[in-house]
Amino acid sequence: MRRHHDMGGLPAGPVERSEHEHAPWEKKVDAILRLLVAKKIMTLDELRRGIEELGPGAYDELSYFERWIRSIANILLEKGVVTVRELALAIEAAEARRAAAEACPKTVAAP
Amino acid sequence: MKALFPPGHCRTPFYIRGKRGRILDLVDVEPDPEERAYGRSGLPAVPVWRVVFDQHELWPDYRGPDRDRVVVGIFEPWLEPLEDGG
Repeated sequence: MRRHHDMGGLPAGPVERSEHEHAPWEKKVDAILRLLVAKKIMTLDELRRGIEELGPGAYDELSYFERWIRSIANILLEKGVVTVRELALAIEAAEARRAAAEACPKTVAAP
Repeated sequence: MKALFPPGHCRTPFYIRGKRGRILDLVDVEPDPEERAYGRSGLPAVPVWRVVFDQHELWPDYRGPDRDRVVVGIFEPWLEPLEDGG
């Protein structure tokens, strides 16, 4: 049976050929992966396996780098590099930082 | 190509499994990614071959010219000889 991600040759829409900027968080995901691979904590093959295991729903709904960070998180949980509790607290802290930043936007110089 | 459809991580795309191709040359010898995907070493390393397929072999409804081909990197465990020795 064909697995969901293995969609080479299936009908699809037009290919978006234009270059596009990556958001800072996307670059951060790329940097995190490169560090984990360089330090031999995980492999690209594990990243790919983790993406495939997200399942059809998440695979289609998440963006490219969202799939990466979901896979990275799951692989690190599997390996015991992080715990569910640590991840939960880190996500909570990140959300609090974002809320604080949105409540108090940076001042911009007057034109 | 072997016509195998296991549930785990595969580095051979669905659309060439069970199809007939021709080996072009050796790319490299690399640890088996289907083992490394599960945290194992993937050793001993396996040869990776460049294999060329006719598009008409892969896609029965293909409308392009007969000369159209696709080249895919294949880890050797996915290869099997043709029964007719071709």
